[in-house]
Amino acid sequence: MAEAATHGEVHRHPAPTSFIRKYIFSIDHKIIGIQYILLALTSVIIGMIMSVLMRINLSWPGSHIKILETLFPQGAPGGVMTAEFYLSLVTMHGTMMVFFVLTTAPQGGFGNYFLPIQIGADDMAFPVLNMLSFWVTFVGFLVLCLAIFAEGNATVGGWFSALGPAWAGGSGTVGPIGGWTGYPPLSALGKVAGPGQGVGLNLWIISIAIFCVGSLLGALNFITTLLNMRTRGMSLMRMPLTCWAWFTTAILALLSFPVLLGGGILLLLDRLAGTSFFIPGGLYVSGAAVPQHTGGSPLLWQHLFWFFGHPEVYIAILPGMGATSHILSTFARKPIFGYRAMVFAIFAIGMLGFFVWGHHMFMSGMSPYSAVAFSILTLSIGVPSAIKTFNWLGTLWGAKIRFTTPMLFAIGFVSLFVAGGITGLVLGQTSLDFFFHDTYFVTAHFHLVMGVASIFGMFAATYFWFPKMFGRMMHEGLGKFHFWITFIGVYAIFIPFHAMGMLGMPRRYSNFGEYEFLKNSHGLVLFVTVAAIITVLVQIVFYFNFIWSIFKGKKVANDNPWEATTLEWTIPSPPPHDNFAGIMPTVYHGPYEFSVPGAPNDYIMQTEPEGAAVSAGLEETSGNGGNGHKH
Amino acid sequence: MAATATSTNQVVDAVIGGGGSRGRNGNGFRKNGGGHGDDGLHYSPARYRLGIWVAIASIVMLFTALTSAYIVRMASSNDWTPLRMPKVLWLSTAVILISSVTIEISKRSLQRAKDSQYGMWLTLTAMLGVVFVSSQYAAWRNLARQGVYVATNPHSSFFYLFTAVHGLHVLGGLLALAYLLLRTRKRRETVEGELRRVGAAEAATVYWHFLDGLWICLFLLLFFWK
Repeated sequence: MAEAATHGEVHRHPAPTSFIRKYIFSIDHKIIGIQYILLALTSVIIGMIMSVLMRINLSWPGSHIKILETLFPQGAPGGVMTAEFYLSLVTMHGTMMVFFVLTTAPQGGFGNYFLPIQIGADDMAFPVLNMLSFWVTFVGFLVLCLAIFAEGNATVGGWFSALGPAWAGGSGTVGPIGGWTGYPPLSALGKVAGPGQGVGLNLWIISIAIFCVGSLLGALNFITTLLNMRTRGMSLMRMPLTCWAWFTTAILALLSFPVLLGGGILLLLDRLAGTSFFIPGGLYVSGAAVPQHTGGSPLLWQHLFWFFGHPEVYIAILPGMGATSHILSTFARKPIFGYRAMVFAIFAIGMLGFFVWGHHMFMSGMSPYSAVAFSILTLSIGVPSAIKTFNWLGTLWGAKIRFTTPMLFAIGFVSLFVAGGITGLVLGQTSLDFFFHDTYFVTAHFHLVMGVASIFGMFAATYFWFPKMFGRMMHEGLGKFHFWITFIGVYAIFIPFHAMGMLGMPRRYSNFGEYEFLKNSHGLVLFVTVAAIITVLVQIVFYFNFIWSIFKGKKVANDNPWEATTLEWTIPSPPPHDNFAGIMPTVYHGPYEFSVPGAPNDYIMQTEPEGAAVSAGLEETSGNGGNGHKH
Repeated sequence: MAATATSTNQVVDAVIGGGGSRGRNGNGFRKNGGGHGDDGLHYSPARYRLGIWVAIASIVMLFTALTSAYIVRMASSNDWTPLRMPKVLWLSTAVILISSVTIEISKRSLQRAKDSQYGMWLTLTAMLGVVFVSSQYAAWRNLARQGVYVATNPHSSFFYLFTAVHGLHVLGGLLALAYLLLRTRKRRETVEGELRRVGAAEAATVYWHFLDGLWICLFLLLFFWK
């Protein structure tokens, strides 16, 4: 401690006093992290409402939804949604969820809050950039919300329509109708390609472009912070696996978002400046020839989009993997099995993610040789994924598990990751993908593995770190109730999706009534809808628990309620402005030293001086387990 | 096995400048080094340098995407009409090359504590930057007079796109130079402040060289790549 004190120094920016500098335009990474989490919690409500509306329309076609009639009289005349309205729900649900939920909460939220603390830094490397990164992202969110009203509301649409034909709005949808992938040529042509493809699509592209910039600022900060600001003794191989996950995610974001940004710029130019990057010549759309454009390549967009899009799914799930590894080890009271293998596996998954984008395009008419190459690379991601899964199971094997709520969600993550990942091996094979492409089988795959699994990782993280963030515990009983209903609920939703996919049910159709071969599956569709509504409703319990616990939850008894080892558990809850009160910690141990034989407790804090461990005769036995101590 | 692992760690630490507690043994890895910790000052030049390289990596990816699109689009259609290069682009190229030299002189003056020279060469660099942007604009005007606009043909679309996106990054660089000129010409009183001043100048220099190299690449791609 004395040594640490001599190295301590005063924090470089003083604690703010005014409300605005403290909670709104804060440069404190902890406040920014909470802002990101709140943004995700808001966006996810919008995304979930949209999914419930879609389910209602699929199960009870023609049903009258009073509120839709009031809000969107054009898109849902008499409360019955049009097919285009349904398609715009598909687009906006995907966009909201992928960008503003799955990319913000895991990385911007928990990463921002805990990466600096876990590596023993007093803040991010560039605090002002960090603040900008959130506010830029928030502007992106506002622009996306604006798209809902610019297309859905005649008055707001009228304002945009006044800007010129390229900005025509008010077409009675809640956004573009082409899905979150925005494939040209229909996304490049303007309103002639359908309702919602005017101003809605412009705003959609602008929102995504702004989001890219915000994410890049964040990624820049994460990488620099992690490489430059680790405290004394915090070697790379002593970092918690959460930090490795956030670091890898930041690298993915840094290298993939610029590509989407580039694609977005080209698409916007095609729409607004009359260029022909993606628009081929001789197009007929809605019965009319498209003049002026020649020679563009719609496939070019797919390459650019999926070069970003595939790393993006790892951006969503890697932080969940990190949190899961961390939480499993903590509540199994065992070192994580194969720390090094976990680090290499997470890096391998991240890097391989850059070479597999073609598997989204098997149906685009690519050369069979490229398809085979993409297929083999895709399947090879199964290797590091299996390493991770086996190591999670190895961590649980023979453990005296503490079944707390965060632990349940972490185990749930492993289950969902396996269940969703295994179908990746099916879809990654070209011959099978030809059949499953654009069916509910694909929807089932990516919802389980990148949607629900990531969200389970974030639920685990929320329940785990809540006491540190707010100084109070979340309610365990409500948490467990939330877990079991959600866990059963998501399987009840997405397992039937596989069956529907095998029946040949196509994605993105608003109504299956007229298809003879799908007549028998109506019961399945109905079952999924009921499960979805129950699962969404039970999230109210989570929101209630979250808000109630901030004010009324049981106060934490000490700084380390879970008896964990990493640096965030050495400081008060909530942590002070500069995290370590000016005394930077020194790290002597790996992050997962649980149940070390001979130690007085079943865990050794990373900051516990070496002398204590040595005197207990632990020099040779302390380790991360697995391959950690072969010297 | 263990020896390999150790040396890997040391290489990693050497590259990123770690090594706060080399020699300590923890979690089973001997001599696994550590982070900077508070050995270094908070505004270490390393942080700025690292930050700017990371930023450059992402800008490189942006231009990789755009130039890949260029190459694919060029090969995939028969409507490609090559532009006649506006001669003023030679001026742009010369100017940005020279500005790379001047900013390097400026940075070295700062490192040798010759502050007045630092300011002078920095001002000159900023002026050359403005000349570069103006010259690029002149190239646009030149093409527009010939009736060649963004949507005229794919080559002109890419020309306007590349010069605009590169130009925006140059404007960002000019903002950085303006910041250096306005805020950090004076010597700082604290060691930390002084390191920060030098670090900012070094980072701006790296970025400026990058903009120079990037323009050369784009220039070659646009007019000499067949």
